[in-house]
Amino acid sequence: MNVMYFAWVRERIGLPQEEVQTEAVTVADLVAELAAREDRYAAAFADISALRVALDQELSDFDAPLAGVREVAFFPPMTGG
Amino acid sequence: MTVRVQAAAFDAGAELNAFAKNRTDVGAVVSFTGVVRDTDGTLQQMEIEHYPGMTERAIAEIVGQVQSRWALADVLVIHRHGVLPVGAPIMMVATASAHRADAFFAADYLMDYLKSRAPFWKKETTADGTAWVAAKDEDEAALNRW
Repeated sequence: MNVMYFAWVRERIGLPQEEVQTEAVTVADLVAELAAREDRYAAAFADISALRVALDQELSDFDAPLAGVREVAFFPPMTGG
Repeated sequence: MTVRVQAAAFDAGAELNAFAKNRTDVGAVVSFTGVVRDTDGTLQQMEIEHYPGMTERAIAEIVGQVQSRWALADVLVIHRHGVLPVGAPIMMVATASAHRADAFFAADYLMDYLKSRAPFWKKETTADGTAWVAAKDEDEAALNRW
Protein backbone atom coordinates (compact mmCIF):
# COMPACT_ATOMS: atom_id res chain seq x y z
CA MET A 1 0.00 0.00 0.00
CA ASN A 2 0.97 3.63 -0.44
CA VAL A 3 1.86 5.30 2.88
CA MET A 4 1.95 9.11 2.92
CA TYR A 5 3.28 11.58 5.48
CA PHE A 6 2.44 15.26 5.85
CA ALA A 7 3.72 18.31 7.75
CA TRP A 8 6.13 17.48 10.62
CA VAL A 9 5.52 13.75 10.21
CA ARG A 10 6.91 14.04 6.66
CA GLU A 11 9.85 16.10 7.91
CA ARG A 12 10.74 13.68 10.72
CA ILE A 13 10.59 10.63 8.51
CA GLY A 14 12.27 12.45 5.64
CA LEU A 15 10.02 11.47 2.76
CA PRO A 16 6.51 12.31 1.56
CA GLN A 17 5.38 8.79 0.66
CA GLU A 18 6.53 5.24 0.13
CA GLU A 19 5.23 1.87 -0.96
CA VAL A 20 4.98 -0.49 2.04
CA GLN A 21 4.50 -4.25 1.89
CA THR A 22 2.77 -5.27 5.10
CA GLU A 23 0.61 -7.91 6.70
CA ALA A 24 -0.58 -5.43 9.34
CA VAL A 25 -4.23 -6.00 10.26
CA THR A 26 -4.93 -2.56 11.75
CA VAL A 27 -3.48 0.93 11.49
CA ALA A 28 -1.94 0.46 14.96
CA ASP A 29 -0.18 -2.70 13.72
CA LEU A 30 1.23 -0.74 10.76
CA VAL A 31 2.41 2.05 13.09
CA ALA A 32 4.20 -0.53 15.28
CA GLU A 33 5.93 -1.99 12.19
CA LEU A 34 7.02 1.40 10.92
CA ALA A 35 8.16 2.65 14.34
CA ALA A 36 10.38 -0.43 14.71
CA ARG A 37 12.24 0.32 11.46
CA GLU A 38 14.51 3.23 12.37
CA ASP A 39 14.86 6.07 14.87
CA ARG A 40 13.31 8.63 12.50
CA TYR A 41 10.14 6.51 12.27
CA ALA A 42 10.13 5.93 16.02
CA ALA A 43 10.41 9.70 16.54
CA ALA A 44 7.50 10.41 14.18
CA PHE A 45 5.25 7.81 15.81
CA ALA A 46 6.36 8.35 19.44
CA ASP A 47 2.99 9.81 20.45
CA ILE A 48 0.10 8.72 18.25
CA SER A 49 -2.32 10.86 20.27
CA ALA A 50 -0.61 13.77 18.41
CA LEU A 51 -1.36 12.15 15.04
CA ARG A 52 -4.32 11.63 12.74
CA VAL A 53 -4.74 8.96 10.10
CA ALA A 54 -6.66 8.85 6.83
CA LEU A 55 -7.50 5.64 4.96
CA ASP A 56 -8.09 6.13 1.23
CA GLN A 57 -8.46 9.88 1.90
CA GLU A 58 -11.09 9.55 4.66
CA LEU A 59 -10.27 10.36 8.30
CA SER A 60 -10.14 7.16 10.33
CA ASP A 61 -8.87 5.67 13.60
CA PHE A 62 -5.79 3.80 14.70
CA ASP A 63 -7.80 0.69 15.50
CA ALA A 64 -9.36 0.60 12.02
CA PRO A 65 -8.70 -2.47 9.82
CA LEU A 66 -6.45 -2.12 6.77
CA ALA A 67 -8.12 -4.79 4.62
CA GLY A 68 -8.68 -3.40 1.12
CA VAL A 69 -7.02 -0.06 1.91
CA ARG A 70 -4.71 1.26 -0.81
CA GLU A 71 -3.58 4.58 0.68
CA VAL A 72 -2.75 5.39 4.30
CA ALA A 73 -1.77 8.91 5.37
CA PHE A 74 -0.34 10.07 8.71
CA PHE A 75 -0.35 13.72 9.73
CA PRO A 76 -0.77 16.08 12.70
CA PRO A 77 -4.16 17.65 13.54
CA MET A 78 -5.17 19.94 10.71
CA THR A 79 -4.74 23.71 10.82
CA GLY A 80 -6.64 25.08 7.86
CA GLY A 81 -8.86 28.11 7.61
CA MET B 1 -21.25 25.56 -5.52
CA THR B 2 -17.65 26.50 -6.28
CA VAL B 3 -14.61 25.02 -4.53
CA ARG B 4 -11.10 26.07 -5.49
CA VAL B 5 -7.86 24.87 -3.93
CA GLN B 6 -5.04 26.86 -5.45
CA ALA B 7 -1.51 28.22 -5.05
CA ALA B 8 -2.38 31.48 -6.78
CA ALA B 9 -3.37 34.62 -4.91
CA PHE B 10 -6.97 35.78 -5.14
CA ASP B 11 -8.84 39.06 -4.69
CA ALA B 12 -11.46 38.44 -2.00
CA GLY B 13 -13.46 41.54 -2.94
CA ALA B 14 -13.61 40.63 -6.62
CA GLU B 15 -14.53 37.04 -5.74
CA LEU B 16 -17.35 38.23 -3.49
CA ASN B 17 -18.70 40.61 -6.14
CA ALA B 18 -18.66 37.87 -8.75
CA PHE B 19 -20.35 35.47 -6.32
CA ALA B 20 -23.20 37.92 -5.61
CA LYS B 21 -23.58 39.31 -9.14
CA ASN B 22 -26.84 38.88 -11.04
CA ARG B 23 -28.58 37.03 -8.22
CA THR B 24 -32.16 38.10 -7.65
CA ASP B 25 -33.19 35.08 -5.56
CA VAL B 26 -31.12 35.80 -2.45
CA GLY B 27 -31.55 38.37 0.28
CA ALA B 28 -28.33 37.61 2.13
CA VAL B 29 -24.69 37.07 1.19
CA VAL B 30 -22.22 36.36 4.02
CA SER B 31 -18.47 36.04 3.55
CA PHE B 32 -15.38 35.37 5.63
CA THR B 33 -11.76 35.89 4.56
CA GLY B 34 -8.86 34.37 6.50
CA VAL B 35 -5.64 36.42 6.35
CA VAL B 36 -2.00 35.63 7.21
CA ARG B 37 -1.64 37.22 10.66
CA ASP B 38 1.60 38.50 12.17
CA THR B 39 0.69 38.51 15.85
CA ASP B 40 4.13 39.35 17.28
CA GLY B 41 5.61 41.38 14.42
CA THR B 42 8.09 38.59 13.68
CA LEU B 43 6.42 36.54 10.95
CA GLN B 44 8.24 36.49 7.61
CA GLN B 45 5.97 34.16 5.72
CA MET B 46 3.48 31.34 6.08
CA GLU B 47 3.56 28.09 4.12
CA ILE B 48 0.50 25.89 3.77
CA GLU B 49 0.83 22.21 2.96
CA HIS B 50 -2.16 20.13 1.93
CA TYR B 51 -3.12 16.62 0.86
CA PRO B 52 -4.13 16.84 -2.82
CA GLY B 53 -7.16 14.67 -3.46
CA MET B 54 -8.27 14.36 0.15
CA THR B 55 -8.47 18.16 0.41
CA GLU B 56 -11.03 18.42 -2.38
CA ARG B 57 -13.01 15.46 -1.04
CA ALA B 58 -13.07 16.81 2.51
CA ILE B 59 -14.20 20.28 1.41
CA ALA B 60 -16.91 18.84 -0.84
CA GLU B 61 -18.19 16.77 2.09
CA ILE B 62 -18.29 19.82 4.39
CA VAL B 63 -20.09 21.88 1.71
CA GLY B 64 -22.58 19.03 1.31
CA GLN B 65 -23.26 19.14 5.05
CA VAL B 66 -24.08 22.87 5.03
CA GLN B 67 -26.25 22.48 1.93
CA SER B 68 -28.30 19.80 3.68
CA ARG B 69 -28.60 21.74 6.96
CA TRP B 70 -29.45 25.20 5.65
CA ALA B 71 -31.35 26.66 2.69
CA LEU B 72 -28.53 27.97 0.53
CA ALA B 73 -28.68 29.31 -3.01
CA ASP B 74 -24.91 29.05 -3.44
CA VAL B 75 -21.63 28.35 -1.62
CA LEU B 76 -18.07 29.45 -2.46
CA VAL B 77 -14.89 28.07 -0.87
CA ILE B 78 -11.38 29.15 -1.92
CA HIS B 79 -8.29 27.91 -0.03
CA ARG B 80 -4.68 28.59 -0.95
CA HIS B 81 -1.61 26.44 -0.42
CA GLY B 82 2.10 27.15 -0.82
CA VAL B 83 4.06 30.15 0.42
CA LEU B 84 2.00 33.19 1.48
CA PRO B 85 3.24 36.63 2.59
CA VAL B 86 2.01 38.41 5.72
CA GLY B 87 -1.36 40.06 5.13
CA ALA B 88 -2.33 37.84 2.18
CA PRO B 89 -5.73 36.20 2.07
CA ILE B 90 -5.36 32.48 2.87
CA MET B 91 -8.91 31.43 2.18
CA MET B 92 -12.48 32.64 1.93
CA VAL B 93 -15.99 31.29 2.16
CA ALA B 94 -19.18 32.91 0.94
CA THR B 95 -22.76 31.77 1.34
CA ALA B 96 -25.90 33.06 -0.33
CA SER B 97 -29.40 32.50 0.99
CA ALA B 98 -32.88 33.99 0.95
CA HIS B 99 -32.44 35.02 4.59
CA ARG B 100 -29.42 36.01 6.66
CA ALA B 101 -29.63 33.42 9.43
CA ASP B 102 -28.99 30.51 7.07
CA ALA B 103 -26.13 32.36 5.37
CA PHE B 104 -24.46 33.26 8.70
CA PHE B 105 -24.83 29.81 10.24
CA ALA B 106 -23.56 28.08 7.11
CA ALA B 107 -20.49 30.33 6.84
CA ASP B 108 -19.70 29.77 10.54
CA TYR B 109 -20.06 26.00 10.20
CA LEU B 110 -17.90 25.98 7.06
CA MET B 111 -15.11 27.80 8.93
CA ASP B 112 -15.21 25.51 11.97
CA TYR B 113 -15.00 22.40 9.81
CA LEU B 114 -12.51 23.71 7.26
CA LYS B 115 -10.17 24.56 10.13
CA SER B 116 -10.16 21.10 11.71
CA ARG B 117 -11.36 18.64 9.06
CA ALA B 118 -9.79 19.77 5.77
CA PRO B 119 -6.19 18.52 5.44
CA PHE B 120 -4.19 21.75 5.52
CA TRP B 121 -1.19 22.44 7.74
CA LYS B 122 0.32 25.86 8.42
CA LYS B 123 4.03 26.46 8.92
CA GLU B 124 5.37 29.83 10.06
CA THR B 125 8.79 31.28 9.26
CA THR B 126 10.34 33.86 11.59
CA ALA B 127 13.93 35.01 12.13
CA ASP B 128 14.20 32.11 14.62
CA GLY B 129 13.39 29.52 11.97
CA THR B 130 10.30 27.58 11.01
CA ALA B 131 7.58 26.05 13.18
CA TRP B 132 4.38 24.15 12.42
CA VAL B 133 1.29 25.82 13.81
CA ALA B 134 -0.29 23.59 16.49
CA ALA B 135 -4.00 22.87 16.40
CA LYS B 136 -5.89 24.39 19.33
CA ASP B 137 -8.17 22.43 21.64
CA GLU B 138 -10.85 25.08 21.17
CA ASP B 139 -10.85 24.46 17.41
CA GLU B 140 -11.80 20.82 18.03
CA ALA B 141 -14.28 21.87 20.74
CA ALA B 142 -15.91 24.30 18.28
CA LEU B 143 -17.18 21.34 16.26
CA ASN B 144 -19.34 20.30 19.21
CA ARG B 145 -21.37 23.50 18.84
CA TRP B 146 -23.02 21.97 15.79
